[in-house]
Amino acid sequence: MSTDGKFGDYGGQYVPEALMPAIEELEDAYERYVLGNEDGFMDEFRTRLREFGGRPTPLQRADRLSERYDREVYLKREDLVHGGAHKLNNALGQVLLAKYMGKDRIIAETGAGQHGTATAMACAHLDVPCEIYMGERDINRQRPNVFRMKLNGSEVNPVTVGRGTLKEAISETMRDWATNVEDTHYVIGSVVGPHPFPSMVRDFQSVISEEARTQAREKMGRLPDSVLACAGGGSNTMGAFAEFVDDDETALYAVEAGGSTLDVDEEAGVAPNSASLTTGSEGILHGARTTILQDHDGQIMESHSISSGLDYAGVGPELAYLVDTGRVTAVNVGDDDALTAFHRLSQMEGIIPALETAHAFGYLERVAGPDATGEHDGLGEFVVVNVSGRGDKDLESAIEETYERDIDIAPNMDEFTGGL
Amino acid sequence: MSLEDAFADGPAFIPYLAAGDPDYESSLEYVEALERGGADIIELGLPFSEPIAEGPTIQNAVVRSLEGGMTPTRFFEFVEDLDVSVPLVCMTYYNLIYRYGESEAQGTSDASSAERSSADCRAAEPRDDGEAASKGPRPFVEKAASVGIEGLVVPDLPAEESGPLREACDEFGLDLVFIVAPTTRGERLERMMEQVSGYVYVQARLGTTGAQTDVSDQTGASLDRLAGYDVPKAVGFGISSGEHAERIVRSGADGIIVGSALVDIVAQGHERGTDPEAVADRLESLARELKDGAVAGTSQRPPHPERT
Repeated sequence: MSTDGKFGDYGGQYVPEALMPAIEELEDAYERYVLGNEDGFMDEFRTRLREFGGRPTPLQRADRLSERYDREVYLKREDLVHGGAHKLNNALGQVLLAKYMGKDRIIAETGAGQHGTATAMACAHLDVPCEIYMGERDINRQRPNVFRMKLNGSEVNPVTVGRGTLKEAISETMRDWATNVEDTHYVIGSVVGPHPFPSMVRDFQSVISEEARTQAREKMGRLPDSVLACAGGGSNTMGAFAEFVDDDETALYAVEAGGSTLDVDEEAGVAPNSASLTTGSEGILHGARTTILQDHDGQIMESHSISSGLDYAGVGPELAYLVDTGRVTAVNVGDDDALTAFHRLSQMEGIIPALETAHAFGYLERVAGPDATGEHDGLGEFVVVNVSGRGDKDLESAIEETYERDIDIAPNMDEFTGGL
Repeated sequence: MSLEDAFADGPAFIPYLAAGDPDYESSLEYVEALERGGADIIELGLPFSEPIAEGPTIQNAVVRSLEGGMTPTRFFEFVEDLDVSVPLVCMTYYNLIYRYGESEAQGTSDASSAERSSADCRAAEPRDDGEAASKGPRPFVEKAASVGIEGLVVPDLPAEESGPLREACDEFGLDLVFIVAPTTRGERLERMMEQVSGYVYVQARLGTTGAQTDVSDQTGASLDRLAGYDVPKAVGFGISSGEHAERIVRSGADGIIVGSALVDIVAQGHERGTDPEAVADRLESLARELKDGAVAGTSQRPPHPERT
């Protein structure tokens, strides 16, 4: 895999000059500590992931889903990582790296709040002060996560510019970094941003596929025919795919948020979806050249998804590259189908998934379910779905959205809402 | 007149405004007022939706300008409509430069909504970007040159990624101004100084743009590091008064760049519904104060060995 920060034409370092020395310093630290295990960095990281994070996570057979889809469906249970999502893998890695680098302040952005809570936990665990930038709109959508960050001792700074979601939070965190670059490390939450972030975050997350690969061999005696993961920025996606990229027999599906529609309203600068891989075009956003949702002038569009963790106008450069080369297949699932899948997994497997994760299950249902649309079913007989996170954080919005949408499979929502 | 010539007769005063803030017509008047106030070069911002190097003042200017309908195409019309004789520099983010000219190349593909009407039944198709992507920054630079822009400043394009833009600028005779940060030293500084032309934008302090009540002491150190390079040094980030301008020039700057303090006047006028003519007068008068401050700075400059 690339170490120069380019994935084909994607990637690179498109950032203000003031940040470049910090990025060079980070590149050096990434090569020494992460790639070279200097001072036993990776050993300490793995130990902490195990003892603080609860790894390894199981690869669990989903009995009822296997029956429903008439194939072996296995779940990689990242929802069981401490904090309830795969996000800790990266946050713990970066906060630990910041300590090795001698940085004594952490900043991070968050959308759904999963990366923010993971970073806040890691910072409390490793005793580093932490400030999280979060869009005002997301703060309102994700109150419990805001409390969790504060309980762990982090400050939460609301971002009011623009629409107040992840895109604005990233921009604002970059501004903070440009101001306090000498003593601060920016823990970016996905495989996005300037090099070395996309590679480094992938490396911290690739523990998912490393474990899954071994577990698949143990349980099934072979590698899976396909791996499914939802894709927003792409950190759980790259984590679930990384170790399988060289296994030609394993198909890789990145499931994006199709939102309410794939249509784009150029006039209003709005894409009512977050499907950058499917509908986006090449451009430069937040430090990297990649696939982004933009209008014909190159202005970034407002994205949308029922799941705030997927609600982003860009995607990691390596994932965009793997889609271009055909190694990864990008598909998308809209809000309604994701919500239906959220309820189905809750009822059939006793797992309430994050709305992000539900998109991956929505795709499984579409191509393999009883009402399969006839879309090509390339998933094979042995499917691994990455359960990137649990849905506790989404309960409020899932209930509200279900009430508004009239989802067949859902329980009677009046019990939750009192009829609203 | 080239950018470097603008520094020939004493310190250059380089004001910045976002083009089209808050609307096209007023903005034309405002920019022209800067020239009357003594501008030697004018930096015109072409607004980008994600201005990661800007503080709140210019972020808000960008929002107003975009809401007022500013686009790259309108921006070039704006430059043609401007009645000023000093050289103009376009300040914008790389994606707008990189994407310019793509709409023609892509034709109607962005509008193929019929095929995309269902979010639930469409897989990614291979994107047909190959040809379009290879055009890079050239069409933008060609257009900029044709409307009379003399140079570009691109805050999110470090020297490492600037090869294609530098080439296009050379082809069409534009200067490419680089920003030197307080953290820019050693090899990085050298690499950048190999690519820079016109003037070098010395970032007075870390952080984002925005008017300050005091001037940073990082400026002197930055100017010292640049002393050996034979290119004009203009200092920006935080300058808001004639007194600042004077001090910055006294410490060795060849020019001063002022944005947020001027944008504040535009913002205030917009919020209070002030007559654009009165706003223009205020801009002209702050411009004059800044220019006079800069000139005063030269006369008090301690004698020091001249650049060779």
